[in-house]
Amino acid sequence: MSDTTQKITLAKGLNMGLRKAMEDDDKVLLMGEDVGKLGGVFRITDGLQKDFGEDRVIDSPLAESGIVGTAVGMAMRGYRPVVEIQFDGFVYPAYDQIVCQVAKIHYRSQGRVKMPIVIRIPFGGGIGAVEHHSESPEAQFAHTPGLKVVACSNPVDGYWMIQQAIACDDPVIFLEPKRQYHADKATLDETVTPEPLFTSRVVREGSDLTLLAYGPMVKTALKAAEAAAGEGRSIEVIDLRTLSPLDMAPVLESVRRTGRAVVTHEAHVNLGMGAELAARITEECFYSLEAPVLRVGGFDTPYPASRIEEDFLPDLDRVLDAVDRSWEF
Amino acid sequence: MTQQPMGETPGFGPDLAEVFGPSQQDGGPELVQLLTPEGERVHHPEFDHDFTAEELRGFYRDMVLTRRIDTEATALQRHGELGIWAQLLGQEAAQIGAGRALRPQDFVFPTYREHGVAWCRGVDPLRLLGLFRGVDQGGWDPNANNFGLYTIVIGAQTLHATGYAMGVQRDGDVGTGDPDRDTAVVAHFGDGASSQGDVNEAFIFAASYNAPVVFFCQNNQWAISEPIERQSRIPLYQRALGFGFPGVRVDGNDVLATYAVTQAALQRARDGQGPTLVEAYTYRMGAHTTTDDPTRYRLSGDVESWKLKDPIARVEVYLRRNGLVDEQFLSDIQAEAAELGHTLREGCKAMPDPQPLSMFDHVYEEQTPELQAQRDGYAAYLETFEGAR
Repeated sequence: MSDTTQKITLAKGLNMGLRKAMEDDDKVLLMGEDVGKLGGVFRITDGLQKDFGEDRVIDSPLAESGIVGTAVGMAMRGYRPVVEIQFDGFVYPAYDQIVCQVAKIHYRSQGRVKMPIVIRIPFGGGIGAVEHHSESPEAQFAHTPGLKVVACSNPVDGYWMIQQAIACDDPVIFLEPKRQYHADKATLDETVTPEPLFTSRVVREGSDLTLLAYGPMVKTALKAAEAAAGEGRSIEVIDLRTLSPLDMAPVLESVRRTGRAVVTHEAHVNLGMGAELAARITEECFYSLEAPVLRVGGFDTPYPASRIEEDFLPDLDRVLDAVDRSWEF
Repeated sequence: MTQQPMGETPGFGPDLAEVFGPSQQDGGPELVQLLTPEGERVHHPEFDHDFTAEELRGFYRDMVLTRRIDTEATALQRHGELGIWAQLLGQEAAQIGAGRALRPQDFVFPTYREHGVAWCRGVDPLRLLGLFRGVDQGGWDPNANNFGLYTIVIGAQTLHATGYAMGVQRDGDVGTGDPDRDTAVVAHFGDGASSQGDVNEAFIFAASYNAPVVFFCQNNQWAISEPIERQSRIPLYQRALGFGFPGVRVDGNDVLATYAVTQAALQRARDGQGPTLVEAYTYRMGAHTTTDDPTRYRLSGDVESWKLKDPIARVEVYLRRNGLVDEQFLSDIQAEAAELGHTLREGCKAMPDPQPLSMFDHVYEEQTPELQAQRDGYAAYLETFEGAR
């Protein structure tokens, strides 16, 4: 390994990315519950308060609307707040501030007031948690004009994407797959030039079917593609990375080649990202499709008790089942 | 269901009704007043203030012109030129007092009724009408006059004010002793909004960080049809104590007292002494908005009794009695008000509708390709019509 590379986890990548952003711009502030001395419940902000001080890494009262609402005021004063929502299920008290204020102030002010706010949300399940700690609320924010929504899936993207989101002058909902925080390591080379933030990426090439995933499901999708290869099916996997705006060009190009598409996410299938992707693919690739676009996601139930969460979450077998079904048409 | 008496319960402290008094009592003994409804100048041990004749005449002019903006806008709504208007009738003193106490560097976060504060900040009144006419959603630059856009979801702006004040702290613009630098922030809200979680969260954040923000509550006693008793068992200003900062109730129909109290609260904030809650005790003389019908829920007798406390009349009595104005001055202001009304009327009617495609502008600072495609698609669609623009 050369001097410019190191092996990092997603948690480390995000931590390093936040640190870099704070070094590069002293207007960047972090705020959230337990982000200071504790370093956040997932330790993403570990050590940052010690190095940047309590004025820049702010432990907030336990009130999510207050966190996002005060971030709006800080942004109006010229700061670039990065707020941490401790768990996905805790974002709803801030829903009004996000949807009615953060998303609309730039529009309402005819571009006179910028909202460079990043709202970090650890999302998704699979960690054996109690209620409200395993949700996937991305579609609710992707549905809201004025917000941009991205999801990282791996340590290297975590490092780059958080910096790019902070540099963005629009508000960004930044989704972090919490079960990946400490799961795998990847090699980061800080000297490379990253891809732009709002782009999707082919992470495994294939010719028979296009499998779309983001966040925690990218890993599952790659495993499914590997397993399918053993059965002679060549699956192309795309990590969407950006959910709003969607970067459809690589998706459409892929589906036109493969003729088949499956979308997978942990979120409920009904009116989820998969529904939007299926509609767009159908509109744009109708004559290339050999089968309908299929969706594999969480069921349309509340997130269940954790002892049965593996039945709720789409796994390798359910993704492969959908792949098989694509050939039944 | 009517409110039950509080009463005393052994082990749970005193009868709170005796400690605080009811929320709706007529001002109460804690009410700060410097000019009585009869126009008599009275003094207050903590909040006294010497006003020059020039300042008093200025307050009078501000209030007359603000009322004219309000009546003109109401008339424009009746004529179909505005979709709706949120009237401030009766609240002129609270707004002018609060507005004139500001320094240029201070920043104001209004609700949708702060037309008088906007006037003090130098926002063109015509720009206020755009929102209510439906041609924009806030037609002024918040940073040009340090006056935020109107906020419709009640209470949301109190958090914005608190966050802005936290930014002021980080800029070091508090407690330097430099009167041109030290900065305060004002969050306007009403008695109805005081029930919102956001307002209470703003109190907590501001107290926790000792943020330089003044929470200015115009208690006009009505949240559309709901009286203040539905929002609070105790006078609103008393709530501040539970959050850990001072609260003051001022006669919101007394421009002198409102100025003096707000000015003192702003100075506390600028000096780094933290937040204050100012409850300006006033009365909404008109409807909630032009779509409301107060005859369905309140007695005309209540309104009549508040007419005797009119914020403008008492200043006029004081000015006349003390020989601080002459008829020429008063008629000049009436002429100025008439001219302002005319300007607003003509300006409002001349406001063009926005171009349909402008709805796609400014959704994002960096336009997204998919929204651009949607815009282009709609533009092409519009072109298919005969006589397309």
